[in-house]
Amino acid sequence: MSAPVVDLSDAVAVLGSFPALAGASIRIDEGDIVLLRGPNGAGKTTLLRLCAGLVPIVRGEGRILGFDLGTQRESIRRHVGVLGHQNGLYLDLTVGENIRFWGATVGANDDETHAAMERLGVADRLVDVPVRKLSAGQKRRTALACLVARRAQLWLLDEPHAGLDASARDELDATLRQAAAAGATIVVASHELERAGSLATRTVDVIAGRIHEAGPDQEDPS
Amino acid sequence: MSVWRIARLVAAKDLRIEWHSRVLTNQVLPFAGVTMVIFAFALDSDAVLERVAPGLVWLATMFSMLVLVQRTFAVETDDGALDALRVAGVDPRAIFLGKASGLAVQLLVLEVVLLFAAVVLFRQTVPVDGLVLLVTTLISATCGLAAVGTLYGGLAAGFRGRETLLPLLTLPAVAPVLIGATRAVEAALGTAGAVVSDGWPWVGLLVVFAVAFGVGGSLAFGPLIDE
Repeated sequence: MSAPVVDLSDAVAVLGSFPALAGASIRIDEGDIVLLRGPNGAGKTTLLRLCAGLVPIVRGEGRILGFDLGTQRESIRRHVGVLGHQNGLYLDLTVGENIRFWGATVGANDDETHAAMERLGVADRLVDVPVRKLSAGQKRRTALACLVARRAQLWLLDEPHAGLDASARDELDATLRQAAAAGATIVVASHELERAGSLATRTVDVIAGRIHEAGPDQEDPS
Repeated sequence: MSVWRIARLVAAKDLRIEWHSRVLTNQVLPFAGVTMVIFAFALDSDAVLERVAPGLVWLATMFSMLVLVQRTFAVETDDGALDALRVAGVDPRAIFLGKASGLAVQLLVLEVVLLFAAVVLFRQTVPVDGLVLLVTTLISATCGLAAVGTLYGGLAAGFRGRETLLPLLTLPAVAPVLIGATRAVEAALGTAGAVVSDGWPWVGLLVVFAVAFGVGGSLAFGPLIDE
């Protein structure tokens, strides 16, 4: 059995003096699509940021992709992709230039960046289009292609469906399923439970900074 | 990936964005030209203009630099790209050096055009024996301005009201460059009887300034943008 991608044990993280995560434990394996659900302020975003190495762990233990959360946070960042409300794209550059830039930051060659474009379906018609001219869904797809080009193994998505119309949401879900099938591990924090729930292979509740495994038919705690 | 390799990528990306958007050529250069002409209207004396032309070149450069710095960080914050760079673990020293290099290239273009404008509008001449001093001054002053602009541009990028905060932070900090570069260019052009040897101590000041802000900026940039 391979090592878990995310392995947290009684992890505590604080924002200011407030314990946003108060003893969170979870294990996520490669290829999982995990939905985090819970009310606002429950700790979903902090959990994503902890997994990205952006928030220090103050107590407990944690390993992300085998890297220790206490001592190797910078290394974790290089292997993790975070997508929030913004896409992290350069609007004046074309789709291709954005993907090539993000790929180059990890030393990806032309073949790898082209493969990322092909995988996300932006290699042909969209490659030379400035990002400024794309629809919201196309921008999301380009941002995900950048994550692939960056060789991100763990995708941490915070409300990825926000601001997208129905067809763009379908497009995003298909992309995420495809990415997971290709080996990416995906953690999604979302309030859109029906949509994100159908996408997820597993659902967990985040309540008051703690994590509870949820059955597929269990009601949302929020 | 080495710091220098990433810095080169960031600089190339910034210059590519400028190539696509043409902000330098379509907006900043005309703004700088208008600034020079307005100074000429205000002073309204050929003798005075000939005397103060080097200072006007650097004043116009600094005002235009503010526009360039705003622009270079606007492209990073429009869609959260600067955050994405940090989240991706890209070395902040590389981001600083890359953005400063991209800015320096644009500033150099701007300064050359403004010097040419000073020659045409304010009857400046460039003596052959002052050329080395002139080029050295341009390069060292540009490095200092780019380092300060990038440092404070990165700091201001995270604040509301950054458009007004940036000039407040930057202009006092670049005062030594304004003074040093003006004196050195006066010496290079022979303005008001200055000789070339008068300029080199000022170049020394510009080099010290550029190194101090280059090193200090690359170390401080990470914590500043993380805040």
